[in-house]
Amino acid sequence: MAQVTKTGELGIVTTKLDEAMKWGRSNSLWPLTFGLACCAIEMMAVQASHADVSRFGSEIFRASPRQADLMIVAGTVTKKMAPRVRRLYDEMPYPKYVIAMGACVIQGGPYARGYSVVLGVDRVIPVDVYVPGCPPTPEALQFGLITLQKKIRGETNR
Amino acid sequence: MDSSGWTELNIGPQHPSTHGVLRLKVKLDGEIIKDVEPVIGYLHRNAEKLCEMSYYCDNLIYFDRLDYVASMIMESGFLEAAEKVLDIEVPERAKWIRVIMSELSRIASHLVWAGAFGLDLGMLTPFFYCFIQREKILNIFTEVCGSRQQTNYMSIGGVYQDLQEETITHIWEFLKQFPEKLEEIYKLFIKNDIFFSRTKDIGYLPKDVAIDYGVTGPMLRASGVPYDVRKDEPYLTYDKVNFDVPVSQKGDVLARFVVRFEEMRQSARIVKQALEKLPDGPYFNPKGKKSLMIRVRGNGEAYSRVESSKGELGTYIVADGSVRPYRVRIRSPTFKNLSVLPVLAKDTMIADLVSISGSIDLVFGEVDR
Repeated sequence: MAQVTKTGELGIVTTKLDEAMKWGRSNSLWPLTFGLACCAIEMMAVQASHADVSRFGSEIFRASPRQADLMIVAGTVTKKMAPRVRRLYDEMPYPKYVIAMGACVIQGGPYARGYSVVLGVDRVIPVDVYVPGCPPTPEALQFGLITLQKKIRGETNR
Repeated sequence: MDSSGWTELNIGPQHPSTHGVLRLKVKLDGEIIKDVEPVIGYLHRNAEKLCEMSYYCDNLIYFDRLDYVASMIMESGFLEAAEKVLDIEVPERAKWIRVIMSELSRIASHLVWAGAFGLDLGMLTPFFYCFIQREKILNIFTEVCGSRQQTNYMSIGGVYQDLQEETITHIWEFLKQFPEKLEEIYKLFIKNDIFFSRTKDIGYLPKDVAIDYGVTGPMLRASGVPYDVRKDEPYLTYDKVNFDVPVSQKGDVLARFVVRFEEMRQSARIVKQALEKLPDGPYFNPKGKKSLMIRVRGNGEAYSRVESSKGELGTYIVADGSVRPYRVRIRSPTFKNLSVLPVLAKDTMIADLVSISGSIDLVFGEVDR
């Protein structure tokens, strides 16, 4: 087997520090283990074998908000839960991002007529990417994650 | 520290092993649990009230989202009651299709439970194995109705689409490889010493306590009561298939685990028989067409019970002659099963609480409704 020696002669890249930071940040988004309802099962499916979100650098779902960069709000946010969602968001260190997953989180979904559901998590915390669906497929959530990565790098989504 | 000298510990609502949004107020004497108080309601989505505000056919979507890992069983539970109230007959083929889908859904639900239970105890590998099998079932669901998890496949008077020949071959393909893979997953758990010592003789539930608290499903059967609605009061076509009701006399966490795995084997058996006996004919009663649904009026009241993957699901519908139900009441199995947690966890170590609460198979869409 031929041995390849890497000398570093071809390995120099000139870039701005900002760009390098954005590149690093976008490729190691660690989500918070935060399942609320139905969408949480699809969020688990994203982590599992078929979808495998590790390929995009989000392999470890952190149990503590102090160690997480990304909050995937998966499931209906009720009025009882909303203060806790806000508190978890506040506990996350900067820079932090939020993906709103599913119809309930975006605007209340099928429960919008009810008395106990918050009509969209963006009334509680700021949201970066919305992933529609009830529940969204794992592919949709992956697309949302890639969209967020592009947003962090400052690229447009076209 | 409170006045009794016990330490108070708060677990949840955001906790990796509470399977949703359960909050536990635990009182500890050192490492020994003296009292547990489950605080629920963090996912109260007023499904019952919304059912009363919707047409009969629209109620299905709220039942889908009750127990969101076994949505097909929830649908059949609602339809059992709704079809009595609306007086609509179901064709024979539709009944068999419902049996097939319910059992596949039961397998998917138990697989999610097994994967999550492994995660609770610190085993990552079974989670991946379980979800590979679950994806195969969800692919079948996608073929029949276009949706993965919240299927909305069954409808009043039958099912939404007929089972195609191609789908039937896919179900056969799934069943061919499933038993072998299930044994593989089973061995991953049962041959692990750490798993054994964390589940054996922990969370003992005596028979009489289980009956007093209204516990049903695999939890009750693991305590030695052979109660299964599919056997004791057959609905759909469960009286025409052969299957065993797994029972264990041990009553601990390990027994619940073994019972659930045996149930998956039995479900695969039921699906096989149902596919062989699947008759030809209509899959849908034209009286239940969706365009007619805004004019169909229900009369009287009906209660139905079905065996969900968690226990006995009861649906009580009161109709007042209008196009919407007057009252829908859901007897959810997980709510009853959760109420026994303080008994199970009393005088055990705090580290075992995760194992015990995991073995109940909590789904919060159903507990809080």
